[in-house]
Amino acid sequence: MASATAGAGGRLRAFALNAYPFVVVGALWEMVARLGIFPPRLFPPLEEVAAALVRLTVAGILPHHAYETLLRLFAGFAIAAVAGVAVGIAMGRSRRAEDIFLPLVSIGAPIPGVAYAPLFMLWFGLGSFSTILLVGFVSAFPIIFNTWTGVKAVKEIWVRSAQAMGADNRQLFRQVILPGALPYILTGLRLGVAQAWRILVVVEMLAAVPWGLGWLIFGAREFLNTDVMLAGIFVIGLIGLTLEKHVFARLERYTVVRWGMMAS
Amino acid sequence: MSHIEVRDVSLVYDTPAGRVPGVQAANFDIEASEFLCLLGPSGCGKSTLLNIIAGFLSPTGGEIRIGGKAVTGHGLDRGVVFQDFAQLFPWRTALGNVTFGLEMKGVPKQEREEIALKQLQLVKLEKFANAYPHHLSGGMQQRVAIARALAYNPAVLLMDEPFAALDAFTRDDMQRLLAEVWRETRKTVIYVTHNVAEAVYLADRVVVMTPHPGTVKIEVPIRLPRPRDPLSVEFLEYQKELLRQLGPAATGQATNGKAND
Ligand SMILES: Nc1ncnc2c1ncn2[C@@H]1O[C@H](COP(=O)(O)OP(=O)(O)OP(=O)(O)O)[C@@H](O)[C@H]1O
Ligand SMILES: [Mg+2]
Repeated sequence: MASATAGAGGRLRAFALNAYPFVVVGALWEMVARLGIFPPRLFPPLEEVAAALVRLTVAGILPHHAYETLLRLFAGFAIAAVAGVAVGIAMGRSRRAEDIFLPLVSIGAPIPGVAYAPLFMLWFGLGSFSTILLVGFVSAFPIIFNTWTGVKAVKEIWVRSAQAMGADNRQLFRQVILPGALPYILTGLRLGVAQAWRILVVVEMLAAVPWGLGWLIFGAREFLNTDVMLAGIFVIGLIGLTLEKHVFARLERYTVVRWGMMAS
Repeated sequence: MSHIEVRDVSLVYDTPAGRVPGVQAANFDIEASEFLCLLGPSGCGKSTLLNIIAGFLSPTGGEIRIGGKAVTGHGLDRGVVFQDFAQLFPWRTALGNVTFGLEMKGVPKQEREEIALKQLQLVKLEKFANAYPHHLSGGMQQRVAIARALAYNPAVLLMDEPFAALDAFTRDDMQRLLAEVWRETRKTVIYVTHNVAEAVYLADRVVVMTPHPGTVKIEVPIRLPRPRDPLSVEFLEYQKELLRQLGPAATGQATNGKAND
């Protein structure tokens, strides 16, 4: 569906909206840097950060760090998405599953993810494996909660209509429960990926992984390479924003928004 | 043998506040291809009775027989249309909604879409086959719901106040359309309403129910030629007769005429 804002004007507007936070933060940064409150070594001006960004990108170092981090993100998030949606649906459909899981999930959810990190490292060792498991574990909570809510919010009249038209349990699940709960499931996935992203960068600092954006930032601290740290932070923000705006917003637009189940 | 037999059907709801009778010892028959209206004041048990016939609720007493066989659950021999517009699946287009039943049956895609398109033609919505429900008006959505319930060709169509939430103009159109659809398809229809004029316009026979806790009070056959003229003297006579049967207590709830619903 073409909206009225499509075309050159709309695209310009979208671009401005996307660029806006970068411009504001950049301007503030530059101001503080130039005022000389901190030594330049600790608070480098933008052009130095940009130079570091370019230098590290061209050398292939930054892309490699980002690549490793993204791999962990997707692995961890995939675990969370599959397990979270499955548990959430079970809780929504079966009273017994709800009785079993709800107390556990309610206890686990409010604990900050980083608090689990030392435990996971003791159990599964340092490195990628325990990082991925922890990311999966922590980001599963919002997915479980939202999926569960979504399944409960599936309208009884859809279920009845489908049953009247001969849907068996499997068809009911695939054709009605899943799409009916999709607005909530997508919200859960969205919160889950944001959660995963945040915890992942922190855990990379702790888990002594050889590559990764978290590690890049943490390692750069020892040599006071603030420009490298900032370049890393910039890439983290950029990737997070891209996931949010271009992956999830688009998924929603093509599904629940198009179906009128969620306002755009 | 009648197509559908309703025998001493009762249902008591168990609620936290106690036991609430839904419907009490209802008895009536429906012939094949007959259009039957269930008329009664709000809360008398019309929806309860219809849901029992549909197989969504089990009666606590009595039984329903369709074609001589006792009903034990929902089945493809009965199509259901509810009052709520939200019954359509928002994630499926109008066509996708209408093909649903056929898809569940395993009818191949092309065949089921051909059938569904014919059903949409029947309710004059073929142009909107690819529209999602939220882009359709309430009346259009109800027409899709009717097409959807007809698509897998059930012998019986069960309708629970499908037009009650529509404005009076649209409702008149819908009633005309439904009368046409019924003439062409010759389904056995059980149609729940608390609108007297609607009952006289549509029904071969009207089953009037008493107020809560409801049971069948009387059956009134409507012997008028179709299409019916709501302004004719005979039509108005039937309306008066039904209103009299509903009784003074009910006239506040059951409505005469189409403007004040
Ligand atoms: N799920 C339920 N739980 C408990 N009581 C119910 C339930 N559904 C209906 N009832 C009660 O059963 C009686 C019949 O309800 P029903 O919905 O069948 O009436 P109705 O004739 O369809 O009314 P309306 O015209 O308002 O739709 C009412 O008194 C109602 O309070
Ligand atoms: Mg009702």
